[in-house]
Parts: sequence; structure tokens; C-alpha cells
Amino acid sequence: MSNTIYDQYEAVIGLEVHAQLSTKSKAYAADSAGFGDDPNTNISVITLGHPGTLPMVNNVVINFAVKMGLATNCEIRLINEYARKNYFYADLPKGYQITQDTTPICTKGFLDVKLKDGSIKHIGITRIHMEEDAGKSIHDQDMYDSLIDLNRAGVPLIEIVSEPDIRSAEEAGAYLTEIRKLVRYLDICDGNMEEGSMRCDANISVRKKGDQILGNRCEVKNLNSIRNVQRAIEFEVIRQIDVIEAGGHIDQNTLNYDAVSGTTSVLRSKEMANDYRYFPEPDLPPVILTESYIEEVKHNMPALPDELFKKFINEFNLSEYDAHNILEQKEIALYYIEITNHTTNYKGAANWLMGAVKSYLNEAAVDIADFPLKPAQIAELVSIVDEGKINITTANQQLFPALLKDNTKTALSLATELNLIISTSNDDVLAFIHEAMAKYPEKVAEYKAGKKSLTGLFMGEVMKLAKGKLDPKEANKLLAQELER
Amino acid sequence: MKIDKDLVDKIAHLARLEFQDEQKVKIEEDLNRILSFMESLNEVDTSAVAPLIYLSDEVNVFRADVVKQEITHEEALRNAPKKDSDYFRVPKVIDQK
Repeated sequence: MSNTIYDQYEAVIGLEVHAQLSTKSKAYAADSAGFGDDPNTNISVITLGHPGTLPMVNNVVINFAVKMGLATNCEIRLINEYARKNYFYADLPKGYQITQDTTPICTKGFLDVKLKDGSIKHIGITRIHMEEDAGKSIHDQDMYDSLIDLNRAGVPLIEIVSEPDIRSAEEAGAYLTEIRKLVRYLDICDGNMEEGSMRCDANISVRKKGDQILGNRCEVKNLNSIRNVQRAIEFEVIRQIDVIEAGGHIDQNTLNYDAVSGTTSVLRSKEMANDYRYFPEPDLPPVILTESYIEEVKHNMPALPDELFKKFINEFNLSEYDAHNILEQKEIALYYIEITNHTTNYKGAANWLMGAVKSYLNEAAVDIADFPLKPAQIAELVSIVDEGKINITTANQQLFPALLKDNTKTALSLATELNLIISTSNDDVLAFIHEAMAKYPEKVAEYKAGKKSLTGLFMGEVMKLAKGKLDPKEANKLLAQELER
Repeated sequence: MKIDKDLVDKIAHLARLEFQDEQKVKIEEDLNRILSFMESLNEVDTSAVAPLIYLSDEVNVFRADVVKQEITHEEALRNAPKKDSDYFRVPKVIDQK
């Protein structure tokens, strides 16, 4: 490996992830937390920051935050208080954000994420706290004014802060993918970074390998996809090393990432940093949790990817590759689990799902939610193949597409209707085998001389003659028997 | 703690307020007077007293996650000094490139 100057450095990265919680109403007010409504329709006197109004905590926010804490191995705080983070901005009507400062609801957690080379990376989670989103400012629609839409103001967020344990863009990507998977499996956030319901800021610094002291860090904002987080890290690490190598020094700035150019630029310098003047929020009484409440939340948690992965490997005997692929998307995983409620051929079910079903979804560009077949129908395909009623190729190439077009029939009745059921008797199969052997006498001789790979050629011919309506296992046995004769 | 002119400027900036110089002198005097009045509290030993944050003993005051739309779009915009039919309007907060 070439030893460049860059190899002498290591990156030290911590990520702050904001996840918009999918509650119906806002964090501290009863107006809708919905997305995509007409501007300034999901509002209330509390959201608008009118004098004399009092916020009130949405209890589902507590539930969601505790769920995420449990899923990330955190300690859950029993006595929770809120704090005001004061800053002046037009899309923050109260003049402060209600957040948690010294008493985050979850602390000291971790995630173990899998990297490409198979190794496991342990990433600490410093804290998860509850807070609220700001409204939206639109700067590019009018020459002189900014337009303010307060629908988003007060939508509940959790902020998940990692330890500076991340050392590369790959690790950052793996961590974010895992966080996104968790919020989706927990059904607490849709995890959509492009639409801003999950957002990420990256704190990035570099230091010489072996150094204990951290370098000055820059915080990069405006990262709206996992890929962009990775690109920003790659760019920023090189930039910082170049500055240091040129004898310069890194200023602790807030940077903006420009996805088009793939570069960062200064958004705020340290001198311009806000002074947030945190103080306890007197309008919200403390939230006191009990151990039994936390137990109850734990008890009602859905199965998470880690747990399902173990189940798929140990109970279902799937390969790690298959298990990983199925779990990548929650809806696919749930569909798979539903198939396995109707069949015990778990591997067969996985093959159908990751093969025929996935390619249909890709080609038709639809989600599994819009897939025309029910999991039980896939299970039926698995069983009629297992029972030797139809061969797998015919099932895949003819029955499956037919079933997609006519999803009201059972697989078996449709296969019967289309005349796809294996009906060829062993005598017929023998006749086809002899016909195939008669067609290629010289290949038979080559086979007898030791070229066993010719089996495929004969099988193909037999299949063609039988129009696919034979049991390939049985036919294979007969074919070998006849060729060896 | 002593309030000086720089601190008055800083506080004014954080609140996005603008003052004339003579107003700032007056504010500086007022704030110092308020602070020295409060400082008389330092004469009492409060090391064993927890800070008072909440004016009631209530805890766990929750709202169920149910949407209630209590005011209309028109009512929301009614008091805004500048608005259009959809949005609140404020002086441009960032420079356009």
C-alpha cells in the first residue's frame, strides 16, 4: 500500500442525527404534525408563540424516545426536565426551542455496526434528547422578503448524538444506515433523509495517528442523504489534512455542504457562534418515568433487525447474505415473516422473495406494499414446487407471471388451468430421454467417455420435449440411469 | 457581575434590538441597578436550597397524541405585520447569491 501523507492521519467523526417523530400532533401542542399541507395551516397559538400560551407534552414523544433509547442500548433517565435554547430566528416564533439540556432522556448507549470487510465497529451513543423542529424559511421566492411557513414548527424531534468514535466515511454510512433501519423498524420516524425527516450534522476533525488530543473540529450541516454525509466526510478530511500540512490551522467553524460541487464552505465562524443561554423550561413540569413504564415499552417493542437476523440464521438456516438482504427493508422483512407463517421451507420462501418478487418490484418500480400477491400465495408456490406438482422453472417463468395478472386464483388452480401441472409419467419421460439420446448419438458417446457435464444438454432437450411438465429431480435420476446403461 | 457597554451591545444583538447610544447608557445603568439589587440575595446562604424552577408540584402533565385544529389559517396570519395569503413575510434573512 502506498504510504501517502494522508495515511499518517486519522479522522475523528461524531454524528448528530435529528429524527422527526411520526406522531399525529406536535411535541407540545395539538396542531397536526403532518407533512405537505398548505402553508401555515398546521398551527396553534402555542406554535405561533403567542403570549400567555402554555405548552403541554405529547406522551407519544416520550414513548418513541424511550423506544429508540432501548433499541440503542441506552440508559433511560427517570427524571426528565426540559430546557429553553434561546436564539433569534424568524422561523422560531417563541424565540427559543424547547429541548433537553442537562437531562437527556437516553444516555450511554451504543450500536455495533457491520462493515464491508465483515468486522464489527462499536460506536458509542452519548445521548438522545427530545426537542422540537423549527418552521421553514423560503428565501428564493421573493426579492425582498423571506417567506415563513410554521407547519413544521413544533414537530417533535429526537436528536441522537454519537461519540466521536467514527473513523471513516464507510463507518459513518454504516452507522446512519443502522439508525435509519432502527427508526423504521420501530415505526417512530420514516427515516427519509431527502425529505428532511431524518437529518444529519457531522462533527469532523483529524489528527496524526497515535495522537491522543483531538484536533479542532468543524461541524458540517445540510447533509441530506447518507451518500452526501460520506462525500462531505471524504472532502472535509482531505481539506483539513491539506490545511495542517500547509502549516495552517483548523478553525472551529460551522460549514455548509454543497451537494452539487461536493465541497464545504464556512457558514458561521466561531466568533459568530450563537450564545444559546440555556435555562430550565418552567412551563413544562418534569416528566418522571418509572421502571415499570420502561419495562412496558420494552415489552411492546417490535422485533428489531439484530434479533431477526439471529432468528433467520439460527432457526431458518438462511445464509448471512440472504438474512441481511431481507432485513435491509422493514416491509420486505415483514412480508417474508408472513410467508414463513404459511410454510416451513424458509430457504425456498427467501429464494422466491429475493428472486422473482424482488425483480418484479424493481421492474415495475413499486414497493412491496403494492405487490399484488399475498404472502400466503408465495407460500403456496413454495409448497406446490416442493410437492413436485410443478417444476421450479415453470413456476418461475409461467405460473408466477400468470398469477400476477390474475391474483384472485390460487396458485394450484391457476397452474391446473394453464396445464402446467407435472403430468408426465415416468414412461413418457423415458421416451423423451431416448428421443434426446437418439438425437445426439455422438454426445452420448462423449458422456460415456467421461464428459459428465453433458447431462445439462440432455436435460434441456428432455424438458423441451416434456414442455416443462416433469419433475426435474425424478427426470435427472432417470436420465443418469439411461446414460450409464 | 458588572454590565458594561459591550455586554449591553451583545444582549441587544442576541435579541436583535437596536438602541441609540444614550438609550444604551440608560440600559446599562438600569441593568446594573437590577443586578446589584439581586445580589443582596447573595448574603443569604442558599447552598442547601434547590433552585426553584416550577411554581407547582405537578409532574407528568401529558397530552394524548390527538390532533385538534383550534385556530384557522386566517386567524394565524391576522396579527402579522407583513403577510400574503399563504405566508408570514419577514425581511430577507440570508443574502441571495
